[in-house]
Amino acid sequence: MGLFGFRKQKSGAIAKDRLQLVLFQDRMNTSPEMLEMLKSDIIKVIASYIDIDEDELDISIGGNTDTGEEGPALMANIPIKGWKRR
Amino acid sequence: MAEVIVVTSGKGGVGKTTTTANIGAALAADGKSVVLIDADIGLRNLDVVMGLENRIVYDLVQVVEGICRPKQALIRDKRYDNLNLLAAAQTKDKNAVSPEQMVKLVGSLADDYDYIIIDCPAGIEQGFQNAIAAAHRAIVVATPEVSSVRDADRIVGLLEAANIKDIRLVLNRIRPDLTRRGEMLTLEDVTDVLAISVLGVVPDDETIVMTTNRGEVAVAESGSKAGAAFRNIAQRIVNENVPMLQIDLEEGFFKRMKKKFSKKG
Repeated sequence: MGLFGFRKQKSGAIAKDRLQLVLFQDRMNTSPEMLEMLKSDIIKVIASYIDIDEDELDISIGGNTDTGEEGPALMANIPIKGWKRR
Repeated sequence: MAEVIVVTSGKGGVGKTTTTANIGAALAADGKSVVLIDADIGLRNLDVVMGLENRIVYDLVQVVEGICRPKQALIRDKRYDNLNLLAAAQTKDKNAVSPEQMVKLVGSLADDYDYIIIDCPAGIEQGFQNAIAAAHRAIVVATPEVSSVRDADRIVGLLEAANIKDIRLVLNRIRPDLTRRGEMLTLEDVTDVLAISVLGVVPDDETIVMTTNRGEVAVAESGSKAGAAFRNIAQRIVNENVPMLQIDLEEGFFKRMKKKFSKKG
């Protein structure tokens, strides 16, 4: 939404999310490309066990709010189509 | 033996020089003997912020080159007798001084003063290495912006790599009105990501602009909120047990209106 429209998130919270991500990348000495490579490797590993919906999956780095621990967390939302028979 | 503190930030324009001048003045007002060293060779500013630009005879590079003795180059502050400035050279560049020379210079002053505070240039190159070489502790100045905090994080890493263990944050230019509305990074947001302890918070305050225009310091103004914050920071440098001054986040439009109405009623 535009500057005068309705917004879900206040800019302070957006700044914090961006800060966490940029510091994570700085500290890990990684680049956005490396994050993409990490994602594709994770998909590769999981896909060999589970039939996943690659179009719907979402892997991102954000605040680790669920566990209450400090620092960012790697969060993956991977819809499962079914188990693979091995 | 003087305590040697470097004031640094990585990013430029976040208030390093203003912080250095105000903390120095507050320590001097508290009876401490203080030397401020402007390590920003080629882009000196601390002299102007303190209103001492017309009194410079010798500078840091001339001291290092042996043209004069360190004490000859010290400029006494206008207001505080026990506050001294060693100005940076304006016509040389950062490579005119080495970290070893800075250590030697600071060592030659350390016996005679309580605090030596070094104003670090922006960036992480030679000037930064010079400024931190002699420091025992560091104050990292940041503003509540992603770019500033990011650079502060990098600086903390470099300070730790240089074996400076006492690193404290000054969060400068907080806007309580924006913070209250959720439109600015809060102190908690910043300390969540930067794993360093907080020395103090300073509100964004127009008295900083006004005092700096005149070549004076905000700590000398009793009504300045930023001045009060810097006085508190100086107290916390001397004594860790002094509680941190809290910035009143409620001091907004509604509170002012409430005050007005309650006066009338």
